[in-house]
Amino acid sequence: MIPLSYYVILSAIVFVTGLVGVLIRRNIIIILLSVELMLNATNINFVAFSQYFQNVAGQVFVFFTLTVAAAEVAVGLAIIIALYRSKSSINVDEFQLLKW
Amino acid sequence: MALAFFFYFSGVIVLTSVLVVALRNPIYSAISLLIMFFHVAGLYVTLHAEFLAAVQIIVYAGAILVLYLFVVMLLNVKREERYHAQFPLAALLGVTILTEVLMLAILRGFSSEPLPTPGGAGQADQATGNTETIGEVLYSTYLFPFEVASLILLVAMIGAIVLAKKNLGEHEL
Repeated sequence: MIPLSYYVILSAIVFVTGLVGVLIRRNIIIILLSVELMLNATNINFVAFSQYFQNVAGQVFVFFTLTVAAAEVAVGLAIIIALYRSKSSINVDEFQLLKW
Repeated sequence: MALAFFFYFSGVIVLTSVLVVALRNPIYSAISLLIMFFHVAGLYVTLHAEFLAAVQIIVYAGAILVLYLFVVMLLNVKREERYHAQFPLAALLGVTILTEVLMLAILRGFSSEPLPTPGGAGQADQATGNTETIGEVLYSTYLFPFEVASLILLVAMIGAIVLAKKNLGEHEL
């Protein structure tokens, strides 16, 4: 039986990796991939706790996270295509219309 | 044995997630994310969540990642500079926060006594399979969130079609 804290540490490492990816990368596709990393980190936590408490509610919530991830990818990639059409670039530094 | 499997899966997960952030080419990043998804599915199998492992491979690896690769190849981007200009500051802060999180997890995680296991709705039944148990809970206790999830998918589908449509705003909407 693996201690629960191992899963929490693994999930924390993956989450922080995704967070760093969102903060430092300029390619907007990599930023979306990093968001997927963070969602997967929370999923690992959910499943580990679900196994620990012998309660499948955590796995049901992973199911909902999956739904949200699919919706996020569909809308996010549509936004990327629209942005690429208007600027011919997917570098986030180029998109500063709302910056002042 | 279980510990060996855990360390194999977690090692590959950590390595590939670092590669996702560090690699220069978006296609390589997506491929290493694919490897990470497969190993997360393996981790789910060791946690007795077989249904989620299958869903992870079908939905994440099969649908979401293919969509990513499709868009990467559609856009055909040239290589560009990877990191923001404030990379040194971000790296410093990231390393600091990561160290802090790990310290907290290690110092607190090993000293506490095991948490009590509460009963209640969704108690896993060992007699029935994993998929049956999830299905029963999903369609009884979590029926309303399930319907909301279907609404989210509908909104995402319409939103994606509207956003990716050509000449947005020139024609009447």
